[in-house]
Order: sequence, then C-alpha cells, then structure tokens
Amino acid sequence: MRRALGPGLLLLVLVASAVAAADKTIPMPPDHAYATLKPGAGVEVTRQQCVSCHSTDYIVMQPRGNAKQWDGVVTKMIKVFGAPVSDQDAKTIVEYLATQYGN
Amino acid sequence: MLDLSRRDAAKRLARFGALLAAGGLVGAPTIAPAQDDLVLARRPLVRYPEKTDLILLTSRPPQLETPMKYFDRAITPNEAFFVRYHVFPIPLEVDLATWRLRVTGRVDRPLELSLDDLKTKFPRAAVTAVNQCSGNSRGRFSPRVLGGQWGDGAMGNAEWVGARLKDILTAAGVRQGSVQATFDGLDKPAFPSVPDFVKSLDIARIMEDPDILVAYQMNGAALPMLNGYPARLVVPGWYATYWVKNLSEIEVVDQVFEKFWMKPGYRIPDNACGCVQPGTAPARTVPINRMTVRSFIASPVPGARVPVGRPVTLKGIAFDGGYGVQEVQLSADGGTTWRRADLGSDLGRYSFREWTATWTPAQAGPARVMVRAFNRIGESQGREPLWNPAGYLRNVIEHIDLQVG
Repeated sequence: MRRALGPGLLLLVLVASAVAAADKTIPMPPDHAYATLKPGAGVEVTRQQCVSCHSTDYIVMQPRGNAKQWDGVVTKMIKVFGAPVSDQDAKTIVEYLATQYGN
Repeated sequence: MLDLSRRDAAKRLARFGALLAAGGLVGAPTIAPAQDDLVLARRPLVRYPEKTDLILLTSRPPQLETPMKYFDRAITPNEAFFVRYHVFPIPLEVDLATWRLRVTGRVDRPLELSLDDLKTKFPRAAVTAVNQCSGNSRGRFSPRVLGGQWGDGAMGNAEWVGARLKDILTAAGVRQGSVQATFDGLDKPAFPSVPDFVKSLDIARIMEDPDILVAYQMNGAALPMLNGYPARLVVPGWYATYWVKNLSEIEVVDQVFEKFWMKPGYRIPDNACGCVQPGTAPARTVPINRMTVRSFIASPVPGARVPVGRPVTLKGIAFDGGYGVQEVQLSADGGTTWRRADLGSDLGRYSFREWTATWTPAQAGPARVMVRAFNRIGESQGREPLWNPAGYLRNVIEHIDLQVG
C-alpha cells in the first residue's frame, strides 16, 4: 500500500514545488490625475522635487495651512526623510504651498 | 465647483429615483453617493493589481481604502482589503526561488527560510484578526491633523495562516539579554537618506503570544502582493503598523529599537486615553499598541431613504484590541436609549464581530442611528472624539443619517 502511493506522492511533491517556484509580478499603476497640483508660481519645482518620493495626492489631501505649516512639512521631508532638496527650492516649495494650499 | 457637481449628481440621482418609481420598480436599492462624505468626496475608485475597486487615498506609495459596503460581514475579501505602504518604491516582483526570510542578530543559529521552510518546518497556526491602520479615520479629526486623510476604510479582517513567530525565534535560538526583534520588508526607499520602514516588538511579548504569526495565507489564499506577499507579520490586537508586509528580515537586538518608524513615528500620548487637549502636544509618548473599541454601520448606506413603520435591517461589524466584543448597541434617539444588536458567530477575540439589528422608524423626516460596542473588559466608545496630534486611536461613537418616509 505504502509503495503504491510512492510515485503519486512524488508527483504531488514535484507539482507543488513547480507551483511554489512561480514568480509573482504586478504592474504599478501610474499616479492618478485627480491630485494634479494647482498651477501657480513654483509649481514645477514643487512637482519635480516631491514626486521623486511620492505622488502629489500626499500634498493635496492635507489640511490647508499657512507658511508655518508648510515650512514644517517641507523641513520634515528634508531633515527627517532625507529628501535631497536645496534651500532655494525648499523656499520656493513652501511659498507655492502656502499660496495655493493656504488657509 | 465641487458643490455644483455634487448638486448635479444629486439631481441626476433624484431623476433616476423618480424614473424607477414611475416604472414601478419598488424595492430598487437607494443610491447614496459617498460624495456626501466630506473626507471621501472627490476620491476616485481605482483598481490595482489583485484588488477590486477601492477608494484611492494616494497613488505612490499606494494607499487604498475599503468601501464601507464590505463591512456588513465578518471577513473582508482579499481583493477588497485596504493597502498602505510607507516608502517608494514598493516590491512589484517576488521570486520564491530566491526570496528568503532571514533571522539574524543575537541568535545562536541565523536562519534563511524559504516559503516552503515556513510551511513545512513549523507547525501551522491560524488566527482570525483585524488589521487596522493606526490612522484609520484620521480625516475626521477636528481640528484636522497632517497625515493620510483616511475615511473609515483602512481596516479589514481575515483568517491568517502561518508559522508562529515564537517558533521561528526559538528555532534560531534567541540569546540571553536580547530585548527586541526588528522587522523589515522588501519595500526600500528611493534614497538611502529616507528611513527604511522597520518596526520592532519586545522579545518577551513575542514569546508570550502564540497568535503572532508570520502569515503566508490570507482567507485561504496566498497574500496579494499589496497585502504582503509572500509573508507578512500578523500581530493580533495591535495596529497594522506592526504587521510588516513582504517580510524579509528579522533581527534580534539587545536594546529598544528607536529608528524613525518607532520613534518619533507612530507614537501616542503616554496616558490612559492616548489623548491630549485638541491642538496641544503631549509631554511624553509611547509606541502605539493595542487597538481601541470600534463599531460601524455598513448597511443601510448613509443618506438612504427608508419607509415609516416598516422594519429596517441594520448590519455592521464591531471589534477591539483582543478582549473580544461583548455587546453592540444601537440608538435612534440621540443616545438616550440603547438597544442590543444580535451578534453573529464568534470567530475569536481578535476578529470583527458581525452584528444585525432591526429598527422600525416611527415618524417621517431625518433620522440618525448611532452604534457603540463594549468589549469583555467593559471598554467602550465615547460620545465626543478624543484627540491626539498624529490622528491615531479614533473610536468615537459612529452614526449614519437616514431619510425616513
């Protein structure tokens, strides 16, 4: 009985390993257009600098805020998250956000 | 602009409703657009790989939330389960021939486990448990707080199957004096300066809790890539931040791990309520941990029209941080009187508990139905929301508004 099961069991193991060795690959959908940044002075710098790490919905969903709020956010991105953004670009981004997404 | 388009949508819906009524289609479902919900307004439905239509919070790294309609049942389908990544790029490809879960650090026998090893070298363990983002419902905080502006759909409940974390650490042989284990996944930031998403748990906690799993199965199937394929950590009762996805490395360390995602990230005020006066900062914080008690009404949908004098079936779920749901109650009079709901089957203390109730509206006009749950140690939900600056732990009493008549 045990011997009779042998080949079947072996086949099962082979099939199982073949399945287990399969790759899983998924495509990454592009950034959704609903979160396109508002036009305005500094929008290009803001877009270029921010989208290297995240889509712009991370920006547009936030509560609106003054320059102090946005300076805090941009400083956090640079100091805490290590975003490679120059002082000049940081200033441009904060001005853009405080103007277009201010309260 | 937004208001206009919403009014248009409402008008179209009203016309549609009138058409249905004229055609004699009594009992056709009432449509209540999520556009009435200020947090979800404007947010598109999107379909990501291995997922169904989910509400988009962010594209990259992806954050997708589960529509409320899926919370009329205890188990959340894999394709509808919410998605939340922290850093970009995320893993888009896994080759099981080369994928290994490494166990390193202060262990006697470092391990490199294949998926087959996880399945065959350790006893198989199962737990049904809620996975909820720390910031679920953050979009509803007032005053508002920065961060992912989630509605209520950053939660789900599944049956997880895998190897016990304590068995894996025992096989590796944790050395005396070890304090924590850290958990890292395949998601790696674009710049080396960006803090990698790494979380930690106390060794003592891991060794005491047989329900903490390295799960390779979710509701009887392999995990979707965006929910952590091929294996993720499952920490029942605790917020999802600890449930590291696409797990690839466990390191045993001799001190409390305090890199970004443990400190200052994912901290709550160090007091009994985890809350502070709105708009203020806590003096001291601790890592977020056990989930608070919550309950939701999934059906009918907010804004639905229901008839006077005829029973309406209400359905939803309730959960807590691992003591188990004791009771769910509903109120249709602003919280003056509460009636007990019928509880569905008990899938364990970490699971969503399904509930149903019937309510017969006595008079026409707007009506509000509120829901609250109690767990087995008497914890419940409050009338007024608690506040903390990170927008965590939300558990205010929820409600839906309906039109009667």
